[in-house]
Amino acid sequence: MKAAPFEYIRAESIDHAVELLSRHGADCKPVAGGQSLVPMMAMRLARPSVLLDINRLADLKQVTIGTNSVHMGAAARQRDVEDNEALHGALPLVRDALRWVGHIQTRNRGTVGGSLVHADPSAELPLAAVVLGATMHLRSEADGVRQVRAQEFFQGPMFTAVAESECLVGIDWPVWQGGEVRTGFVETAMRHGDFAMASAACQLQIGPDGICRRAAIGMGGVDGTPLAFPEVAERLIGERMGPALARDVAHACAERTEPGSDLFADVAYRRHLAAVLMARVLLHAAVTSPQASALATTH
Amino acid sequence: MSSFLVTVEIKVNGVIQSRAVEPRTTLVDFLREHLGLTGTHVGCEHGICGACSVLLDGDPVRSCCMFAVQADGLSVITVEGLAPQRGRLSKIQDAFCEAHALQCGYCTPGMLVACHALVAKTPQPDEAQIRDAIGGNLCRCTGYQQIVDAVKLATSPGYEVKGSPVPQAARPGHTVIPGVANG
Repeated sequence: MKAAPFEYIRAESIDHAVELLSRHGADCKPVAGGQSLVPMMAMRLARPSVLLDINRLADLKQVTIGTNSVHMGAAARQRDVEDNEALHGALPLVRDALRWVGHIQTRNRGTVGGSLVHADPSAELPLAAVVLGATMHLRSEADGVRQVRAQEFFQGPMFTAVAESECLVGIDWPVWQGGEVRTGFVETAMRHGDFAMASAACQLQIGPDGICRRAAIGMGGVDGTPLAFPEVAERLIGERMGPALARDVAHACAERTEPGSDLFADVAYRRHLAAVLMARVLLHAAVTSPQASALATTH
Repeated sequence: MSSFLVTVEIKVNGVIQSRAVEPRTTLVDFLREHLGLTGTHVGCEHGICGACSVLLDGDPVRSCCMFAVQADGLSVITVEGLAPQRGRLSKIQDAFCEAHALQCGYCTPGMLVACHALVAKTPQPDEAQIRDAIGGNLCRCTGYQQIVDAVKLATSPGYEVKGSPVPQAARPGHTVIPGVANG
């Protein structure tokens, strides 16, 4: 349970970081909060020969709230984002998701970008990213910044579009305009903070008449990557939310999943659970005002 | 490469400590092996149990999930630094004794750190806030209820420290380590 030896380099700038990544390639891993990478190194599932610390780069911590999007530096700390009241209005789903991420101790160190590049299929921030359609900014020495949509970014369990010489430097999160935005995020795990057996998230825009104008929905922990279901979400548009509609949509989503099986939850159970959770978040979002508290995170 | 040492300066319990360490030395191993501060416990070593919790610049973190080099220039408070002075307990430490909030004691340093961090920001936490604050710390003895009770007790109005951490006369079979307040 001790990491293999490595050389430690603290990046002085983003330029410096991508230059080192270009030079060392796969032997070099960037670390910011280290809440996923350091345990992986302790278990020797990861053995980088160079650990590149990007945690102190102020450019990677900045959060800019714009009208149509929020730009977040990749090393923005989860706890800082969680505590940023101004962000809650712009990105309510990110706030809801963060309440399920690890524990206070891990969120104090863990970063938003770190969770995204780790790409655990049951992780909360990747699910929020695919549901909202976030855009990742990947930077390399040779090619500068390229943008990758969340849908293409997550390619499999712990597997992303980040090339060996690239570093995730920022994330653009779309902000919904023009009406009241409602959200829901819920998951089931053996204990709060454990990896979710299944999770469900939704963001809805519901008019004063109770009719759904816009909808984004997704599930986590039930496939190799978090899944968004834009075509199923279309069924909600122009409708008034109710138990029957929520259940139909939830089942349609669950049918599109390919869950794994383990000691605690087999395939059928996970799919069933995901559908139950999806129906729950849809009904919760439809009846709860944005100011009200999120779904209880204890069980 | 394994013999390549890096000098770090970390302020631990108010004192700047400078040591040459291997980059792969975790913060908890730095505290225990290099500084002899064995109050911080090593449990799972991969971020599950919370026994190694310390305050890093005031916030609770897991000291097994970061390398000492990452804490260079930062300030760490360990369980040894929670008491107001040598020979005295903090209110929370005292209330842990009063409420029987520990049995084997393995999780206790992490629990104390988590509870101190909570009370520093939320002086009068409710039960949900207490349970959330210790949600990242595993205890296999108490069932958690006494720990929650201890924090409620410590934060109840007018609570005063009752006990003395080091008995004046050692109990039979009980070793008093000179100069160690919370041993």
